[in-house]
Amino acid sequence: MSIFTILLSSILVNNFVMSRFLGICPFLGVSKQVETAVGMGAAVTFVMAIASAATYVAQVSILDKFGLEYMQTIVFILIIAALVQLVELFVKKASPTLYQALGVYLPLITTNCAVLGIAIMNIQMELNLLESVVHAVGAALGFTLAIVLFAGIRERLALADVPEAFQGFPVALITAGLMSIAFLGFTGLI
Amino acid sequence: MNSIVTAVVSLSGLGLVFGAGLAVAAKVFAVEVDPKVEEVRGALPGANCGACGFPGCDGLASAIASGSAPVNGCPVGGAVSAERIAEIMGATAGGVEKQVARVTCGGTRCNAFEKFEYAGIQDCKAAALVSGGSKACSYGCMGLGTCVSVCQFDAIDIIDGIAVINPEKCTSCERCVTECPKAVIKMVPYEQKVVVDCNSKEFGKDVKVKCTVGCIGCQICVKACPFGAMEFENNLATINYEKCTNCMICAEKCPTKAIWADFASRKKAYIHDEKCIGCTICKKQCPVDAIEGELKAKHTIIEDKCIGCEACAKKCPKDAIEMIQTSKIESKNLLN
Repeated sequence: MSIFTILLSSILVNNFVMSRFLGICPFLGVSKQVETAVGMGAAVTFVMAIASAATYVAQVSILDKFGLEYMQTIVFILIIAALVQLVELFVKKASPTLYQALGVYLPLITTNCAVLGIAIMNIQMELNLLESVVHAVGAALGFTLAIVLFAGIRERLALADVPEAFQGFPVALITAGLMSIAFLGFTGLI
Repeated sequence: MNSIVTAVVSLSGLGLVFGAGLAVAAKVFAVEVDPKVEEVRGALPGANCGACGFPGCDGLASAIASGSAPVNGCPVGGAVSAERIAEIMGATAGGVEKQVARVTCGGTRCNAFEKFEYAGIQDCKAAALVSGGSKACSYGCMGLGTCVSVCQFDAIDIIDGIAVINPEKCTSCERCVTECPKAVIKMVPYEQKVVVDCNSKEFGKDVKVKCTVGCIGCQICVKACPFGAMEFENNLATINYEKCTNCMICAEKCPTKAIWADFASRKKAYIHDEKCIGCTICKKQCPVDAIEGELKAKHTIIEDKCIGCEACAKKCPKDAIEMIQTSKIESKNLLN
């Protein structure tokens, strides 16, 4: 698999949110405004890129070396949690407004299945370090793409005349479903 | 055994490295939080009851620190926490008086008449839907305890068919006030010793047939009050707590005993002979002529007449008048 194929497939064809059900929590939670959605996407991209590199190194140099593969989940979670903490400290310092807007969803990246998912998938797909990072960045960009598009739609939905029974979350979930159908159109691209 | 050791060592090693890294990062990316927020938060009671209108004590603390909420924003903490916060913020508290909720109804089972027997859901809101509840008086406390169930501080009991609020436990969160379907619970200053315990806005004739302790709108209290603190509106007497001096004359005069007064805590004026210069100022202030004494001579209080309104004590230029609880005066006389 070439680098380009990995990137394209993870952004569009195997979009994390739309065709793998990963990272749904922030996708629904932080998608009311495009601006915060972009911030969330950036934070997730950063965490996923660093996390996939760190987990790859940990897998090769610690887990494989000492035969501790059964500790994969706990080690990966430890790494991700530490990284998210770092990002949280950084965002708090760099942009208090973004910190306020992301709210509880920022620490929730810790348990975001997209992050743990990318780390474990990289190992399962037997990618090397570079491929892992590219895969992670691609998946995170795909996540960002989905959440920003979704936020754009929701911004307009907020002004639309939605039937009473559908107002709020129902219409958001239906929109997410329709977006998923749209992303299905990328199947067969590669 | 060996694999356990490697597992423990490698995992704790990772943990140590990350911990140290985060400690460094926390120092590098340290954000200076306004220390006032934390100090103010410490001065709040921490019940997170939401009575202030902010989401919990943290919300109020940051609002106070940023200046968008007054220092006395917390009704539960009362004057004590307001003062401490004012100290932190460098402002004056502006003396918040502690308020407590009070059920302004004296319609116990023996005082108020029922118009039918209610056997439905034991909840005031439900009962109020059935032609306004079983009480003949449609303004009174129904005593089914909706306020009891919303009170987080266990301050309300149903005694003899009406709700009674313990002022010591009440934190003035006003939940009961908003929940009561009859709006019979009012906020009253904690120090207030006289309260009109009736909520009926009906004419006196109608009140009389429904309740023995209702306000019948005779306005005797309005005429009796020496301080103009009694107000009369919608066939109901109310006390203006700003003007009221707790002299309890209204409660004495009320023909139906609709006005509650804590007579046990009634005070009497006492003139210290050594301080009195005989200026007669107090004599002029007294609304009930309870002070006697000529100019330049020592004044004395006629105890039977004194109503404990403090009007004389407030005006005395020599601070010679002390307000003493009735029981204590007797012991003082015994000593003398």
